Amino acid sequence: MKGQSVPPVVTLSAPQDLLEVRELRVSLGGREVVHGIDFNLAAGEKLAIVGESGSGKTVSALSLLRLLPQAGLSGSVRLQGRELLTLAEPELRLLRGSAVAYVFQEPMSALNPLLTLGQQIAEVLQLHRGLVGASARARVLELLESVGLPDPLAQARAYPHQLSGGQRQRALIAMALASEPRLLVADEPTTALDASLRLQMLALLDEMRQRLGLAVLIITHDLHLVRRFADRVLVMKDGSVVEQGAVDAVFAAPRQAYTRTLLESLLQRELPPAGACTVTSPSQSRPEPACLEAMALRVSYPVALSGWRGWLRCGRYWAREGVELRLEAGQTLGVVGESGSGKTTLALAALGLLPHQGRLRVLGQDWLDLQRPEQRRLRRRVQVVFQDPYASLSPRLTLEQIVAEGLQVHEPGLSRAERLVRVLAALREVGLLAGLAPAEQQTWLQRYPHEFSGGQRQRIAIARALVIEPQLIVLDEPTSALDVTVQQQVIALLLRLQRERGLSYLLITHDMAVVWAMAHQVTVLRAGQVVEQGSAESVLRAPRMPYTRSLVQASGL
Amino acid sequence: MSSSTDRAPVGPWRLAWRRFRAHRLGWFSLRLFALMVLLSLGAELISNDRPLLLRYQGHWYAPVLQDLPETTFGGDFATPTDYLDPFIQRQLEQPGNWVLHAPNRYHHATVNYFAREPHPAPPSADNWLGTDDRGRDLFARLLYGFRLSVLFALALTASGVLLGLAAGAIQGYFGGGTDLLLQRLIEVWSALPELYLLIIFSALFEPSVGLLLLLLSLFGWMGLSDYVRAEFLRNRQLDYVRAARALGLGPWQLIWRHLLPNSLTPVVTFLPFRMSAAILALTSLDFLGLGVPPGTPSLGELLAQGKANLDAWWITLSTFALLVTTLLLLTFMGDALRDALDPRQARP
Repeated sequence: MKGQSVPPVVTLSAPQDLLEVRELRVSLGGREVVHGIDFNLAAGEKLAIVGESGSGKTVSALSLLRLLPQAGLSGSVRLQGRELLTLAEPELRLLRGSAVAYVFQEPMSALNPLLTLGQQIAEVLQLHRGLVGASARARVLELLESVGLPDPLAQARAYPHQLSGGQRQRALIAMALASEPRLLVADEPTTALDASLRLQMLALLDEMRQRLGLAVLIITHDLHLVRRFADRVLVMKDGSVVEQGAVDAVFAAPRQAYTRTLLESLLQRELPPAGACTVTSPSQSRPEPACLEAMALRVSYPVALSGWRGWLRCGRYWAREGVELRLEAGQTLGVVGESGSGKTTLALAALGLLPHQGRLRVLGQDWLDLQRPEQRRLRRRVQVVFQDPYASLSPRLTLEQIVAEGLQVHEPGLSRAERLVRVLAALREVGLLAGLAPAEQQTWLQRYPHEFSGGQRQRIAIARALVIEPQLIVLDEPTSALDVTVQQQVIALLLRLQRERGLSYLLITHDMAVVWAMAHQVTVLRAGQVVEQGSAESVLRAPRMPYTRSLVQASGL
Repeated sequence: MSSSTDRAPVGPWRLAWRRFRAHRLGWFSLRLFALMVLLSLGAELISNDRPLLLRYQGHWYAPVLQDLPETTFGGDFATPTDYLDPFIQRQLEQPGNWVLHAPNRYHHATVNYFAREPHPAPPSADNWLGTDDRGRDLFARLLYGFRLSVLFALALTASGVLLGLAAGAIQGYFGGGTDLLLQRLIEVWSALPELYLLIIFSALFEPSVGLLLLLLSLFGWMGLSDYVRAEFLRNRQLDYVRAARALGLGPWQLIWRHLLPNSLTPVVTFLPFRMSAAILALTSLDFLGLGVPPGTPSLGELLAQGKANLDAWWITLSTFALLVTTLLLLTFMGDALRDALDPRQARP
């Protein structure tokens, strides 16, 4: 057969390797952050670099073309056989954007808000292809069409703010492709996008790769994306490559412990069975009042008003139909939807921070019916944990002040010593002071938020809510700002607290994987309307609506 | 991470202070300026026509603190003693008597009636920096003038910060209609011609430092309130403020505990620049003759004298040198403070 005449794979692939990285070391500010990494990338290949924040994956990718001006580099980076680390700056500049193009995470900040898309793409064409005038315009339209933007003529005249997030990301890809690069480096290309857009974007990248024979280097912390998209994967930890290989092989049989923890942190469903808490309550026989009940609740979100009315105020979009929700005590209700679906408005209304229309009974009471002192009593029973642990703690208060704040409001009679006991108990409960000597605990209490990691901060936020012993906690995207392994830990903590204390959670998220891991019931919102509702198993296993199906698929479940 | 566990916790303000001290020019400027202010606060001990302490015929006197009639020292009249009078000096130098003079023997208002040269006199051993056109010692005028300028600037800055914080906090926290209304009021208020008001008021009332301070305070807070308002508007929709509202804190607790400490950065950064602006404002008003009442030691009035007596180079030159030094030190401090409070700066 002809099989014998084919040379061994190694000799075949070696001369074809587009990019060859050997012993690449990067130091920033005198500290080495990447400790000698090696990898190859062949033309037409899809390689993914995964790792948590701070693992050095973005720094490595930017260092390929020496895009970090202060970084100290050593090792070797060869692109089509040319050494890049010693190349003179003017020659390197020619390669940037032409042979290697970058697509960054945040499409809004990567585009110049004062230029139209057409102008920005034409600039690349002029710089790298020498195209001007009519030929450049024609090519711009061609590119915009090739990335699947409808009506390219109108898009070329549009400014970045006139486009949606997905359209902007497509435009960025068109811009990157304008110079006909050999290698496309995409740094977290889907993180800023809504779940349903992510799949489209990956499909687009893959299509471009096939059509143009590009190599794609994708940097991400999202393992679903890796599994769906890449041929090979490179796992980084603390500036070193801990494992690399074909995606299937690594996912099926990870050799390194770290890779295993990463893979295991793909969320599992380990819920207390629905109603487990009501079993322990004495009033099992008669139906308990719902923890949260919405009847014909109309949610709204701000929209820009047109004409002169928009000068002074922002308009509000009111959903046409009311939302019906019910959250039983001791359970978790997941509310899923994209940005602009009204889910955050719902969360704020449940907290009594935003007026609403329709009925919303929280623990049997409606915020709108209550007087000030009664509101304050209800506040004590409803608490919140926000998405971004860096924004949700005041940077000028110490750990003790942050956690003790609720006690000062709701139990002003406590002495300082009693308060301290409660604060320590709450912190211990969220697993923050484990294994610390009492003296060390004291210094911890005097620390400020900037001295804690993201996961620790989220635990502090949970402790702040717990310390006044609420019954309902609104979780607003509680894990989406965290690394995957930390995500898993925080979810485990929330589930344990639910089991032990019989807490009810209103879980607001766009991530079906989190719903799968935590929720008993789920409600899918879109533009302020309920799309689908039911138990988490039934909705996620067999979604009826196409919208729900796209969300479930995007989460890789 | 292991080293961070033994380190004492450091607050954000403490960190900024550390960064400020690491800024060598700024830290040096702060210390030099503080020294100058401290010295000027003790101006009576440095530059005074009255001796600090003296013994006359077995009695101890402290003329700095008490008014002594000339008869005490064998004079003819019960008028306050002129210690520059050669007769009094001879009396005090008699054996058995002892005098401790201030290093510079002139007060800012002292006119030396016994000077050897016509006024304005160039620098000499008697008058280190010379005298002005009324025969008053220039060093003494500068020292007391500097003190007045700095104290005036401190008071003006303090009142400006308090008013600006209050207005900005109310606008930023309550937002909406309150914000809109106050913003329009501020715009109207800032359109009032400050200089004309000063001229009119100096014609209506007897000019005084207090009146000047009041008038300048009324207009000096508006730039700051804009910054505070913007910080409040930004901070009040951050999650930690929402979380605190969900905890049940009232508006004043929210402002005091959460919003104010997190909105102070622009206020602190602008302090030195506001100080130098205030010093400059007082100097220019004095130069124009719209400022402090005549006779008060003031840098602007000295500059005006320098302009009127161009041949007396020592007046202009020394006043100019003092002003430039002061303003430069304040600017350096402001630069260092801005760097220290810049959140994008790496931690030391």
